[in-house]
Amino acid sequence: MSESYGIIASFPDTPAFFHAAEKVRDAGYKKWDTYSSFPVHGMPAAQGQPRSKVPVFTFCGGVSGFTLGMTIVWFMNAFNYPLIVGGQPFFSPVFPFPIMYELTILLSAFGTLGGMFITNLLPQHYNPLFNSEKFLEVSGDRLVIAIEARDGQYDPVATRRFLEEIGGTDIEEVSA
Amino acid sequence: MATTTQDSSMDATQAALLAKVQPAELQEQPLVTNNRDFNWVTDKICRIVETKTPTWWWICMAVALMTASFTGLGLLWLVSSGVGVWGLANPINWGWAIVNFVFWIGIGHAGTLISAVLCLLKQGWRTSINRAAEAMTIFAVVCAGIFPLFHVGRVWFGWWLFPIPNSNGIWPQFRSPLEWDVFAVSTYGTVSVLFWYMGMIPDLSVLRDRAVQRLKKNAYEGAGALAKGMDIFRKNFYAVFAMGWRNAGNHWRNYEMAYLILAGISTPLVLSVHTIVSFDFALAVLPGWHTTIFPPYFVAGAIFSGFGMVLTLMLPLRALYGMHDLITQRHIDNMCKICLGTGSIVGYAYIMEFFIAWYGANPYESFAFINRAFGQYWWAYVMMFSCNVFTPQLFWFKKVRENWALVWIMSIFINVGMWFERFVITVTSLANDFMPSSWGYYSPTMVDILTFFGTFGLFSVLFLLFLRFLPLMPIAEVKFVMPAADPHGHHGDAKGDHH
Repeated sequence: MSESYGIIASFPDTPAFFHAAEKVRDAGYKKWDTYSSFPVHGMPAAQGQPRSKVPVFTFCGGVSGFTLGMTIVWFMNAFNYPLIVGGQPFFSPVFPFPIMYELTILLSAFGTLGGMFITNLLPQHYNPLFNSEKFLEVSGDRLVIAIEARDGQYDPVATRRFLEEIGGTDIEEVSA
Repeated sequence: MATTTQDSSMDATQAALLAKVQPAELQEQPLVTNNRDFNWVTDKICRIVETKTPTWWWICMAVALMTASFTGLGLLWLVSSGVGVWGLANPINWGWAIVNFVFWIGIGHAGTLISAVLCLLKQGWRTSINRAAEAMTIFAVVCAGIFPLFHVGRVWFGWWLFPIPNSNGIWPQFRSPLEWDVFAVSTYGTVSVLFWYMGMIPDLSVLRDRAVQRLKKNAYEGAGALAKGMDIFRKNFYAVFAMGWRNAGNHWRNYEMAYLILAGISTPLVLSVHTIVSFDFALAVLPGWHTTIFPPYFVAGAIFSGFGMVLTLMLPLRALYGMHDLITQRHIDNMCKICLGTGSIVGYAYIMEFFIAWYGANPYESFAFINRAFGQYWWAYVMMFSCNVFTPQLFWFKKVRENWALVWIMSIFINVGMWFERFVITVTSLANDFMPSSWGYYSPTMVDILTFFGTFGLFSVLFLLFLRFLPLMPIAEVKFVMPAADPHGHHGDAKGDHH
């Protein structure tokens, strides 16, 4: 067998899967993840993961959108080509409100989606896990925990035994 | 996306108290009936796109394409001749084009309401209908966009609406509500697509994995080379758009945060879009348009018409695909109740407009409203009032809500009524304005009619393509609201109970 990517183990139902994740976290593993075809409520805490960083990207997008909206209205209608329309001021923070409001939302949305991709390191079309047929069944109802070989605590025998102890079945080593 | 789960860490006194009181179980209708499991849900939704194209799909597609060609024909006629081929004539310079624009944009609003507002309100029942409703939003915005775009006359200069430098050195004029509309509608379309796409990523990965699984098993004997070829196409097509999604806990953590934020920013967006659309009218000084009630009244009307359209689409789909366990009576009840609520708001607005017209003591305003109801367009007002105010009131009755055929027919009435609402607002105020010498009567031409009816074909073509190639329901979200997805175990019987 070529170099190992890690070991995967399946769990029979959501509570068992959830509690197993807590045990992997408590055992001190770092390079591991849970795999389920739906988000499990409370799983980030069970995995010991911090709060997602996506809002940072949203905020940057929103601020850019707001600034862009105000700037284009000022530049286009008050600076570069002032137009007299109905005796209204060339610039005011009031009438461009819809423009900057919409642009704030637009760029926040792009920031959010982009942030989701960046924080998840996507797109990443290849991953060794995809070679495992059991892993592909995660799309159906399989619940899987994978501990990666690059984890400092990883040991092919001890990790496998640990996964068995916490209730894992169908344990399989995935090659890199 | 998140629903509440009961906190398992209950302290001892609370537990003792509960044991003493023995509270009755709150019986809530489950969102997925008949004790279905995860695999059933995955299979049910994926098989829609994986099995052979049903005959009815081809028939519907042919009819839809033919209908859509009317729009093509109408627009070709318009571009080659000029906007004069529409029935517009002084003083009615906004005819069906604006009516159709507002009508289609309004339809879209239910999709965003379901995906964003109901998500923030933690309404689990939204899950099985939200994907189709979001698709409806996007396709409705496409149909809506056609009308103002071609109404500008020389459509090849349509890009002047955007702040892009052009050879004349003139910029858009940001003090006009019509320019606000450009930003509102294009933002709405774009954000809806982003939201829709992001929600679909996990489901696209499911379709990808299923195709890979079938290819690995290579069980195609009898099915032929085409079936295998289609799976190779699926494997690649869905893989590209799934971006390598692996269903990892880490993925879900960021995804759920992103989903919640998109829901949070889409909520003010959807409210702003129809508000800005209503500014097209409300910022003019025309009697009957120049009212502050317009923004909330338009938003309520939009949601009302949108839910009408969701019912119109989902009831036949549910029957065609046998989705009765996923779109349950509870879903239909809730949609009917939203129609009832928003329909009542719309009815209130109609009456309040009359009251204010009288109370405001402005003779032009009073005239505009009396003229709406009893003037030359009285028939349109009657259509509007009866469809929008009386029809939804029947949804008070459980018997009505449980009669699917009746609900479907009423949803059509709602659509018709809401189209007439926009017609009444746009045309009656313009036809009889300040100077009786310049009053007119508006009638659409054949080009107007062809263009408008064709958009239903265009909408259907897009929707049928969606049904055939993309997952109709968010599989992950449906699973999430099932009791088996609860990490703290579910009380009651093993599967069918909903916490």
